[in-house]
Amino acid sequence: MDPIIILQAGVASGTVLLFATLGEIFAERSGVLNLGVEGMMLMGAMSAFSVTVATGNGWLGLLAAMALSGLLAILHGIVTIHFQADQVVSGLALTFLGTGLSLVFGEGLSKAGAITSLPKFSIPLLTSIPILGPVFFTEQSVMVYIGYALLPLAWFYIHRTRPGLHLRAIGENPTAADAMGINVYRLRYAYVAFGGMLCGLAGGTISLAVSPGWFSELTTSGQGWIAVGLVIFAQWDPWRAAFGSYAFGALRRVILDIQGPQTLLGFPNPFFINPYWGFFMQMLPYAFTIIVLVIGSRGALRQRLGAPAALGVPYVRGERGH
Amino acid sequence: MTTQKTLGLPFRIWIEPRLSVPAWLSPAISVGAIIVALLLGGVVIALVGGDPIATYWHIGKAAFGNLGVFSDTLVMATPLIFVGLACSLAFRMKLWNIGAEGQFYMGALGASAVILSGLVPESTPRPLTLFVMAIAGLLSGAAWGFLPGFLKARLKVNEIITTLMLNYIAIALVNFFVFAVWSEGGFQMSKTFPRTAWFPRLSDLSQQFPALRGLTTHLGLGLAILAVGVVWYILYRSRWGYEIRLLGDNPRAAEYAGINIVSNTVLVMMTSGALAGLAGMSEIAGVVHRLQTSISPGFGFTGIIIAWLAKLNPVAVIIVSILFGGLILAGREIQPAGVPRLIQGIILFMLIASDVLLRYQVKIERVK
Repeated sequence: MDPIIILQAGVASGTVLLFATLGEIFAERSGVLNLGVEGMMLMGAMSAFSVTVATGNGWLGLLAAMALSGLLAILHGIVTIHFQADQVVSGLALTFLGTGLSLVFGEGLSKAGAITSLPKFSIPLLTSIPILGPVFFTEQSVMVYIGYALLPLAWFYIHRTRPGLHLRAIGENPTAADAMGINVYRLRYAYVAFGGMLCGLAGGTISLAVSPGWFSELTTSGQGWIAVGLVIFAQWDPWRAAFGSYAFGALRRVILDIQGPQTLLGFPNPFFINPYWGFFMQMLPYAFTIIVLVIGSRGALRQRLGAPAALGVPYVRGERGH
Repeated sequence: MTTQKTLGLPFRIWIEPRLSVPAWLSPAISVGAIIVALLLGGVVIALVGGDPIATYWHIGKAAFGNLGVFSDTLVMATPLIFVGLACSLAFRMKLWNIGAEGQFYMGALGASAVILSGLVPESTPRPLTLFVMAIAGLLSGAAWGFLPGFLKARLKVNEIITTLMLNYIAIALVNFFVFAVWSEGGFQMSKTFPRTAWFPRLSDLSQQFPALRGLTTHLGLGLAILAVGVVWYILYRSRWGYEIRLLGDNPRAAEYAGINIVSNTVLVMMTSGALAGLAGMSEIAGVVHRLQTSISPGFGFTGIIIAWLAKLNPVAVIIVSILFGGLILAGREIQPAGVPRLIQGIILFMLIASDVLLRYQVKIERVK
């Protein structure tokens, strides 16, 4: 129960949530709610692992994961953007579809065991910073560092660039954006697909780096849904998303580790004496997601912040704006 | 989407909004969507090296081939009818209860608790025992629906996420009771319930009617059909149902009409949870006869698809549940194991995608 080790592992497993949450932020910022994150992550985890087992190259695996999850997301795009179907139901269908596809194509894949083909390394100099060094920059997977790089880029793109302005415009007021000459349909497709690719990357990060292997549905065990919740907590902002993701990652790690030691802070460890209490620890991430939503909702009620105004509303050209 | 293209062809094709929808169109499109979904599922089965025709033939035979397996299909359909109703009721008000799975587990837990805790002793007459179990299952499911309903109504907390998170919590809670409290000799199951806590089966009547020998269909099916009647009455014949439908179709108009959205949200979520809880109770009393882990192969999630396929119509839920009961029953023997889930996903996708054909029509006309 060394706190540094827990935080270090928490950052690694939080990277999964970070990719998925960022992906969903992009999709929702463009006005499309995609509840299929869990299905796309499973698809990503399966295809990344499968391709890596076949080729021995983890980068090819990640590419496959991003491509396939992106394709799934485009399906959601076709159904919701062009056919104007209900985004909630379509997202649920995507979860079923992604889960089913990954179970069918992943049949027998769990026998492949674990492979490690993505490198782990420390960053010189940064690693010697007290506390922060060991937590963030020591023996982390390359995926963790990709997460660090993606984070400021995502923020900068959304808030400081012209395409980012267009992204926010089509999510807030698609009619006005259309009048400005922005192609709402095309951009929504692009961001839904990009969000799907990040969810695929999240899945691949699980099966290749964080807990290598393919364990059918247990590979993601609901993390996709936690990511959907984190988007609301993050108020569609990348930095808050990062905070939430790493915090949840650390929590997952605590749950895994807490049954080990005989004493906890000098007291006999109740989880060691009665391991069945561990079932209550397993509930924590899900319970915390609910708590986080409740806290987020209080803030949202106070100042109506965050949610893109056109989130969940199909855009129909020529109809009056909503 | 009113676009006209000539593409240099001797005719032009365009899409325009429908002004009226003929009555036959909606069921026809649903059937068409299912056929397309099965074809696509067949393509995937072929891709992983399976034989789609043999697979579908096997599913059909193993689910509806003779009276015995059809009886098993009805057993599988029983919890599906309950969860299909649970989802239909909530979805009618556009409340996305994705938590039927957790409410199912809670119903099973509640119904088991009254037996395993000794609250209802073995000497209690069978009807009373089953009645108490049903009430316990119903209340446990309703309690599990209360929290998301309350949070949605009071704080506008997204009910999709809360109901989903509560699924995981319910399953962990059931696991705790199975392993830590009622474990039989360290195994992941409790002791078997006394016979007074079993739903009667058709085969119990085989003394008088030998044709019923071996048929597993249990009283839960009757209860499920009763629930269909109740939900149908609530939705289409009661004032409360009118409020639910108005809130679903036009919340703003409902608000102007003075309908209380807060109490209706909580009540509908609780009723939906109660129906899913009854599914868990029925499965415990009719099939499993004890509390154990993994009592549901995802019934609660299948309920979502059933509700959608039945167009939220309680009576149609029965038919769709029997079809999906067959798919799940036969699917247990199918390799790869993900096939039933995959087919369910494709069907749901096709269904919502095909809805566009209800709203728009494709027109073809010769260029003059």
